[in-house]
Amino acid sequence: MKILLKIIKYQLHDLSRSKWIIIYTTFFFLLSYSLFTFNKDFSRVLISLMNVVLIIIPLVSTIFGTIHYYNSKEYIVFMLSQPIKRSTLFFGLYIGLALPLALSFVVGTSIPILFNLGNIHGGFDVLIFLFIAGFFQTIIFCSIAFLIATLNENKMLGLGLATFSWLAFSAIYDALILFLLQILQDYPIEKISIILSMLNPIDLARLLVILKLDISALMGYTGAVFQKFFGSSLGTILSILSLIVWAVIPFFIGIRNFSKKDF
Amino acid sequence: MSGSKKIAFAMFIFFFLVFIFLNQLSAKILLVGAAQKYQRIKTAIAAATKGDTVLVNSGYYSEGTITLTKSITILGKDYPVISGEGKTEILLVKTDGVMIKGITFSNAGLSFIHDNAAIKLDSVKNCVIEGNKFKNNFFGIYLAKSQHCQIMNNEISSSSIRETYSGNGIHLWYCRDITIKDNHIRGHRDGIYLEFVRHSLIKNNISEKNVRYGLHFMFSDSCSYSNNVFIKNGAGVAVMYTHYVTMTDNKFEQNWGGGAYGLLLKEISNSRIENNYFYKNSSGIYLEGCTRIKSAGNNFIENGWAIRLMANSMENIFERNNFIGNTFDISTNSTKNYNTFNNNYWSEYKGYDLNKDGIGDIPYHPVKLFSVITERNRPTLILLRSFFVELLNIAETIFPTLTPETLIDKNPAMRKFL
Repeated sequence: MKILLKIIKYQLHDLSRSKWIIIYTTFFFLLSYSLFTFNKDFSRVLISLMNVVLIIIPLVSTIFGTIHYYNSKEYIVFMLSQPIKRSTLFFGLYIGLALPLALSFVVGTSIPILFNLGNIHGGFDVLIFLFIAGFFQTIIFCSIAFLIATLNENKMLGLGLATFSWLAFSAIYDALILFLLQILQDYPIEKISIILSMLNPIDLARLLVILKLDISALMGYTGAVFQKFFGSSLGTILSILSLIVWAVIPFFIGIRNFSKKDF
Repeated sequence: MSGSKKIAFAMFIFFFLVFIFLNQLSAKILLVGAAQKYQRIKTAIAAATKGDTVLVNSGYYSEGTITLTKSITILGKDYPVISGEGKTEILLVKTDGVMIKGITFSNAGLSFIHDNAAIKLDSVKNCVIEGNKFKNNFFGIYLAKSQHCQIMNNEISSSSIRETYSGNGIHLWYCRDITIKDNHIRGHRDGIYLEFVRHSLIKNNISEKNVRYGLHFMFSDSCSYSNNVFIKNGAGVAVMYTHYVTMTDNKFEQNWGGGAYGLLLKEISNSRIENNYFYKNSSGIYLEGCTRIKSAGNNFIENGWAIRLMANSMENIFERNNFIGNTFDISTNSTKNYNTFNNNYWSEYKGYDLNKDGIGDIPYHPVKLFSVITERNRPTLILLRSFFVELLNIAETIFPTLTPETLIDKNPAMRKFL
């Protein structure tokens, strides 16, 4: 445990010296600040923030995560020559990456919100949910990034796979859902579409947000089915469970690979 | 004639006229109440003659159906309650020139055979129903074959739950030149219902939380609706088979549900819909088989669909409207378009204005590919605002294939209209 904390501390120190994490925080600060300055309508701010949470965070987490792992290669090899458990090292590396990324999102976004608290009327539940969603996107895509990096020695291949996995989760998966729903449109497909969207962390987070924001468009039969499921406690538990599973499973496969790996 | 005779004659004429005048004025006031001459309204009405006033003191009256065949005024003091005991109609007016004011009507009986109303006006003219309260009636005010009547400042409420067990707040059938003003209607089947009505004015009413429609009219040409508020009605407002309608400055708010529309228009033609405010409805306006409607200066804010324009609508003009923060601005089920969209403000518009004339330099396509897809296949709504769908929409804007190519706003406004 002591060693783990030490590794995390070193990682944080290392990352804070890297300019990327500062750029990342500044990006969120400027984005959130400009959204609040130019948009009087809070629900539009929330929609733009949602787009960022669902597109930028997964992208940065996967790509930055993979690069970070590859760049830490020499450090890892050096550390492994010490009497340290491999899983501890991996865990330390992971926390040392995911924690600052999640924090810079939360800090960067929330400072302008705190300045504009007076202009916000309602929508706090969505905002809090957006923070939770952003946190989960970070840890999920960091574990996916580490999984990819442990599987591939080749830097270029790893980076390509990382980019592709981001594209798969954010666009290709949705294209497949749309294709499937179009083929099956003569059947009652509401339940299938719920199940399909629960299997993708980005879709799941997006659905939970739009159920609150675009409520008037979703008031038909379809919307009622979605509302009924995600509004129930079972739906909430299953959603959160799905997000946790997405974070945990790639992480453990990553640890297993890392432990067996021949450096 | 000598001078004194002349004076005497003049005085005679004068007193004669005064007498006639006083006779007119001296219409009696008949007091009804527990401690008054008349205990029952019916006996007071039986004793009244044309032009009299029946003044009902506060209390509780239950007299079955009261039928009026004399042109008299019925006034209430401190809102006396006249009840139908859940069985009968309360007041049936069968003569012209009746005025009813300041009375609480309650519990007109539910019936599956008769349209029992708190006040029913049958084939009359020049009646005024003003400042009354209606509580838990089957129908509130029912006018049949009547003309030149005024319904003002009434508070009409009921607690209906199912359509089949409830009547309408204000119901007009075969009427003309009726004014319905400043009423507040709540919890009926339809707030205001008009069928075969001509030249009527519906103004400043609030119609909310009705089981079905806030306002419902059919075959009612040349009527005008302005400054009304329709909020949270089960299915919004529905109007059908009518020409020459004017709807201005109305508010349609929070009509939510699968079958709910801010304003549903079916077979409406030659009409004006101007300066209305549509906020948070599932569909702002739904047009089916509508022609030559001019829609200008309306605000569509945060609706699911601002306008759903079905293929059989044509020659409609949409100008200077504000479309702000709607999930879908326009949706249609056709690849052709015979309507005109010009100079509207679209909050989703991303164009530029180089010559600074307030009009965007590139046209705006308000129909997105995704809205065409969801119109055909509703469950795809699950992909709303997904990255892939945004990509599809952009691709479609550049190369339209499924969306109507001619449904564009060539002169989109850069600033919203105030």
